[in-house]
Amino acid sequence: MAQEKRVSYRSRWLPWLLLAPQGLVIAVFFFWPAGQALMQALQRQDAFGLGTEWVGLENFQALWNDPSYLASFRTTALFSVLVATFGLGLALLLAVMANRVLRGATVYKTLLIWPYAVAPAIAGVLWLFLFAPAVGVVAHQLQAWGLPWNHLLRGDHAMALVVMAAVWKQISYNFLFFLAGLQSIPKSLIEAAAIDGAGPWKRFWTITFPLLSPTSFFLLVINIVYAFFDTFGIIDAATQGGPGQETAVLVYKVYYDGFKALDLGGSAAQSVVLMTVVIVLTVLQFRFVERRVNY
Amino acid sequence: MVERRPALTVLSHVVLMLGVLVVAFPLYVAFVASTQTSHEIQQAPMSLLPGSHALVNYRDALLGSAGSAGSNAPVARMMWVSLVSALIIALGKIAISLLSAFAIVYFRFPGRGLVFWSIFVTLMLPVEVRIGPTYQVVADLKMLNSYAGLTVPLIASATATFLFRQFFLTVPDELMEAARIDGAGPLRFLRDHLLPLSKTSMAALFVIQFIYGWNQYLWPLLVTTEEPMYPVVIGIKRMIAGGEAAVDWNIVMATALLAMIPPALVVVLMQRWFVKGLVDSEK
Repeated sequence: MAQEKRVSYRSRWLPWLLLAPQGLVIAVFFFWPAGQALMQALQRQDAFGLGTEWVGLENFQALWNDPSYLASFRTTALFSVLVATFGLGLALLLAVMANRVLRGATVYKTLLIWPYAVAPAIAGVLWLFLFAPAVGVVAHQLQAWGLPWNHLLRGDHAMALVVMAAVWKQISYNFLFFLAGLQSIPKSLIEAAAIDGAGPWKRFWTITFPLLSPTSFFLLVINIVYAFFDTFGIIDAATQGGPGQETAVLVYKVYYDGFKALDLGGSAAQSVVLMTVVIVLTVLQFRFVERRVNY
Repeated sequence: MVERRPALTVLSHVVLMLGVLVVAFPLYVAFVASTQTSHEIQQAPMSLLPGSHALVNYRDALLGSAGSAGSNAPVARMMWVSLVSALIIALGKIAISLLSAFAIVYFRFPGRGLVFWSIFVTLMLPVEVRIGPTYQVVADLKMLNSYAGLTVPLIASATATFLFRQFFLTVPDELMEAARIDGAGPLRFLRDHLLPLSKTSMAALFVIQFIYGWNQYLWPLLVTTEEPMYPVVIGIKRMIAGGEAAVDWNIVMATALLAMIPPALVVVLMQRWFVKGLVDSEK
């Protein structure tokens, strides 16, 4: 596709006028705060907000030496891996099945995509209600089976709870993209393999799965971004990062340290670290999209 | 289908039905809970059949009930706040992105590359990574607890700008030349030719952005401190703040269902545009 128009309008002021609303919002609410975050990351404020002093990279050093921050990194990594693995695995299974059936495919699709519309915080509340140790129906059933479920006391239970809620919400998105990917695989390839005697299992692993890899890579990046940044609502509603800090992912910690513990410098330094993470993920995402187009 | 394998087809249906059931289970339990009394729910395990208190619960949720633990603000007001914010965010994003994309595609002016680049960079600065300073800006502008504070900082959109840019680039140049020969200036061309052509893109974006706006959580959590300005997603969080035992789960679940209905309706009824919007905005 052309990246430029052959002909264009000329005006000294009109394009700037058209860009003004977007430009203003970006300048005031994106670039200015991001600059502030960079600056605050290098400063320390006294407890009363009366004075600030430049401290260089001290805030970052403090983060590096803070075991709870490093633990939050590990928590985020574990959380993202679990969400991506289960989210992608289950969605792929459902998409392959939906791609197989002729009757009712659209009905299944409609019944599977609606969780996309549910707010993360609401998803957190719904799953919290299922697993609440005293009133939850699932928690009660687990206790009856001899598994004393209590996510208020056990970190692994809390992690399982937020992973389930996060996966539940993300499956619809993954499902739609996998289904679109499956439908774009040429039928003739599958038919040729079938004529050569390959069964469904073999066909899936030798043809469908490799041809689906651009979609899978793309979804992997999207799911990691989702687990990093869009699950704040789920965690805040379901566990508040607890018990202790067992489910406090990085974004939760930025929020907690900045707004509850009022450690501005530390929170700003965490923001800068997160910005780096986003930049890396965005670059990855665009490289994969690039590849997908070529493919 | 490549070949007939009845057993596999049955298996596919079984797996899909299981999937649908598991996905729908939390919704069903929420619905059942919203029809029972608080007391019935506390008697764990609660019954999995609908009770008879639906009307009372939904009325209490919508209009607010005195004497319950935690927050008991009327949900009707919260839904209104959510609706207004989601509409402002969705329509605002579409409007300002359309204008910027038009400027970037149809004009040649010094600094165009820089403008494009700076819109692109906002992709890398989601609210989550700059919450502290952004909150500070909004507080300094006296925009806390207002619709402006809830919406304006979220209204810039790199994805929407790119989507319109992609679309404008596919519009044949001849259209613009013809319009120019007929004496139409750029704004006239935008209004009479590009806007009608962009309708599908706008519908697709609207669905995605409406859901985005309705489901905002972290940002409203920071900028709203007064009950009359809580969107419903925040309101529900405040309701469960009292700890497990003190929560009126029947009201909370009724609220959760009410909060889910508008975006879910948008997704299901506008499914075609929803899928298009999802796929397009990732290109």
